[in-house]
Amino acid sequence: MTLANSRSEPITAAETGDEGGMGYLERLPRQIVTVYLPLFVFVFVLLFPFYWMAITAVKPNHQLTDYANFSPFWVVEPTLEHIKYLLFETSYPGWLWNTIVISVASTFVSLATSVFAAYAIERLRFTGAKYVGLAIFLAYLVPPSILFIPLALMVFKFGIYDTKLALIFTYPTFLVPFCTWLLMGYFRSIPYELEECALIDGASRWQILTKVLLPLSVPGLISAGIFAFTLSWNEFIYALTFIASSENKTVPVGVLTELVRSDVYEWGALMAGALIGSLPVVILYSFFVEHYVSSMTGAVKE
Amino acid sequence: MSTAVAKPETQRGWRPRIDLSQGRNLLGLLFLLPAAVFLLVFLTYPLGLGVWLAFTDTRIGRPGVFIGLENYELLWEDSVFWLSVFNTLLYTTVASVLKFALGLWLALILNKHLPFKAFFRAIVLLPWVVPTVLSAIAFWWIYDAQFSIISWALIQMGLIDAPINFLGDTTNARASVIAANVWRGIPFVAISLLAGLQTIPPSLHEAATLDGATPWQRFRYITLPMLTPIIAVVMTFSVLFTFTDFQLIYVLTRGGPLNATHLMATLSFQRAIPGGQLGEGAAIAVAMIPFLLAAILFSYFGLQRRRWQQGGSD
Repeated sequence: MTLANSRSEPITAAETGDEGGMGYLERLPRQIVTVYLPLFVFVFVLLFPFYWMAITAVKPNHQLTDYANFSPFWVVEPTLEHIKYLLFETSYPGWLWNTIVISVASTFVSLATSVFAAYAIERLRFTGAKYVGLAIFLAYLVPPSILFIPLALMVFKFGIYDTKLALIFTYPTFLVPFCTWLLMGYFRSIPYELEECALIDGASRWQILTKVLLPLSVPGLISAGIFAFTLSWNEFIYALTFIASSENKTVPVGVLTELVRSDVYEWGALMAGALIGSLPVVILYSFFVEHYVSSMTGAVKE
Repeated sequence: MSTAVAKPETQRGWRPRIDLSQGRNLLGLLFLLPAAVFLLVFLTYPLGLGVWLAFTDTRIGRPGVFIGLENYELLWEDSVFWLSVFNTLLYTTVASVLKFALGLWLALILNKHLPFKAFFRAIVLLPWVVPTVLSAIAFWWIYDAQFSIISWALIQMGLIDAPINFLGDTTNARASVIAANVWRGIPFVAISLLAGLQTIPPSLHEAATLDGATPWQRFRYITLPMLTPIIAVVMTFSVLFTFTDFQLIYVLTRGGPLNATHLMATLSFQRAIPGGQLGEGAAIAVAMIPFLLAAILFSYFGLQRRRWQQGGSD
């Protein structure tokens, strides 16, 4: 388990000399029915909402609901009107900026605290470290939907209601346990001997952490960082509860509460808002797929 | 974590003024301090505060007084609350079973020797990466009562005559939100299980095949037992997050029609924030805790049994 964590990818069949396994036994017609057809259906269903989102975002209004004259699956004269409306006539750019600031700040705070906590639990092995590790894991399982009511009261009392700080302080409630847990797994995969060598050479614990362990854990830090960023970008219930004024909202809350008017749904603008709000995490994801997968599966494997 | 554990047999001659054990505990405490303070203030304390709030009649803008079990007594009589409990259990059970079955299937497909495997694995995870609220808004549009693309496609195929009222009818609304939740959950289950599948040595399958095992037998007696520990963890996560789901329901139905899709989390939000009854909302949230604990304990002991069966430690 720790082995898989130490590298971004589990051992592939090619490395064990089992390349292809028994794949050669499968004939193509059979494979089409058992593998390619279901795979196609899965990929189609999983990706269709994104396609629909994108195509709606660039459809002129008159084509949007006129299925009789225009094929709904295609767009004849794509328009940037919805995106323009979103960027210049709503507070959308402000929401994007808020989301970026909040996500970056809470990710940074969480990573900084988690590195120390994970190092203390995994490597210093102080008395009771094992139980603290377990407590961290349990903390990760506490869902925001239980915490948001008391947290709303606290946020109000601290006088940070309706500010970015309210979210920067509360997001780490789920980010710190996650990052700590992930980094614990990562630190475990780094050989002890390296640290012992440094100790013998007279390095302090601080030097070991900053000069030996952290440079070796860069992939783990990236994994935890982008995952934490995505989690805070996607967060909804805290942002919905702790933020009241339009200019302080994050993208998910803003799109839902400000772009939806009761009389008429502007689907084009809504879909454009959803699309642009998804892009940053999707782009980040596409650059770091391996880190992403390893942090997701790493958290599960322990 | 006690900081002062006496260790009399400190090695003499080598840096005598540093007691290694004490330094370790002190340093450990120091390093742990930021995270610990943070979690105690923003996680443990609110958790306790939530339990306390459930025993008070706190409203927004007015501190409450202790009223004992009154909130719970009210909820006990409240048919909407029981409906939300039923909905939550139904939602969690159906969605988790579907996510597991479809996720495992997708994982098995992706574990085959495919061209562009990495590419497929990458795009399959997309629904999980995108913010739930934003993809839920896309589903809202897909489920539109008049202009649903699904209705349109089915009408074109001649399968139905009138557009399906996806979110307006109680049964349809439940099915629709479950479908959207499953859509979002499949990638997580599939990719996690795929990671587990890749650790199963192909030689086991080869040996079984030589011994005459059928594909079903190989799945049943090799893949499934080897995968059980990771299945338990993945499904615990999946069940916990489905049980406490809020975003999807809030976007798609806000609990309607006729409270048919109200989950405990959405009901708690509705009573506490727009309704202003913080105490009652907290009581509903606290009522979720026993279910969550049951799920965690179930998987914990399930895991232990498996480890022991496989001859592992612990």
